[in-house]
Amino acid sequence: MWPLALFLVSFLLGIVAVLAGVGGGVLFVPIVSALFPFHLDFVRGAGLLLALAGALAAGPSLLMSGMASLRLALPFALIGSVFSMVGALVSFQVPADVMQAMLGITIALIVLLMWRCGSTEPSARGASDRIAAGLGLAGVYFDPVSGGNVDWRVQHTAAGFAAFAIIGLVGGMFGLGAGWANVPALNLLLGVPLKGAVATSSIVMSIVNTSAAWIYIGRGAVLPMIVTPSIIGVMLGARIGARLLHRLPSAVLRRIVIVILLLAGARALLTGFGLWN
Amino acid sequence: MTWENESASVLPEQRIYARWLAAGSHLSFALLVTAFIIYLAGVAAPLVPVAQLPNYWTLSAARYAAATGGPTGWHWLEFIGRSDVMNLVGIACVALVTPVCFARLVPEFVRQREHTFAAIALMELWILVLAASGIAAG
Repeated sequence: MWPLALFLVSFLLGIVAVLAGVGGGVLFVPIVSALFPFHLDFVRGAGLLLALAGALAAGPSLLMSGMASLRLALPFALIGSVFSMVGALVSFQVPADVMQAMLGITIALIVLLMWRCGSTEPSARGASDRIAAGLGLAGVYFDPVSGGNVDWRVQHTAAGFAAFAIIGLVGGMFGLGAGWANVPALNLLLGVPLKGAVATSSIVMSIVNTSAAWIYIGRGAVLPMIVTPSIIGVMLGARIGARLLHRLPSAVLRRIVIVILLLAGARALLTGFGLWN
Repeated sequence: MTWENESASVLPEQRIYARWLAAGSHLSFALLVTAFIIYLAGVAAPLVPVAQLPNYWTLSAARYAAATGGPTGWHWLEFIGRSDVMNLVGIACVALVTPVCFARLVPEFVRQREHTFAAIALMELWILVLAASGIAAG
């Protein structure tokens, strides 16, 4: 009964994740840990794997379209995957109640980030910095909506490395995926145009989540009865969500998601402090 | 395999990576779903009976392994005939796609004499192999 319920909740989360423009992992972990009796270790493992599966499925098309840049993803994913592995390793040393409290605080910070960043889209106007120029982190992609080519280049590369280290650490610890932070980091900090940032975020996520996924598998924190219905549910839901994308008001849904995440985060915090069982 | 949105300006290594990623993800998802169907169909006996799972999934991963004899590290390969453990083949394949793509990417960058990116890809491959090996977990 629980796996069927998990499949249905994951299916709904898959729809909402696409419509609200957030990653599946960031919704899955706080909401499923609030609604289901599974230990947080297994929910984190499932969250990480479904974010990984989604990123792998989206990757080929994004790379072939040229909207995602593999060369842009590589240096930041390298830093992210080191810290993601560290985050996953640390997470198994931390007591469950502390992890719950930390998850609550993290979700609150993510909600703040989602609220503040919204749909802003500044991109790099000045010259590339020295590291980015040395690595040749610049390019052009075709935007089918505007019908024109979009040039991109990277600024603040050193700050970007620090940001992806933190994103990797948090993503690995809590199994949240990383789309919630990759996109703002690529777009607002590094100056990559929004569509290029969204596309490249998926490639970064597929690499960063892989290193942490192996730690979860190695620790036995991957229960097939939780992982597989979640992955299938979210991926089917995401397909439906993509079809509904132009029919439903994304901004309203995004606000609803923010409220749901706040409630789930508050529950995790209260559970962590022993005020909610 | 072809893509309707394929751009002519995509760099060669990106094209190769995308093709390997597509093949790997299709294969791993097929294995994931097939193993789960076998698990639900009861074709082979599981290590932990489905009916007993609710007694254990409230435990931490470490306590679950201790209580059920569930495998950690690569020891799941010893129980591969059990239907629940069999699912780890598909899950491991999902986590193997990226390392395999990087193993293909390194020689491509070397061929192009892109030594910086070859080094970055090699370091990434090393990190992923380290994570998968279980050495980092101790």
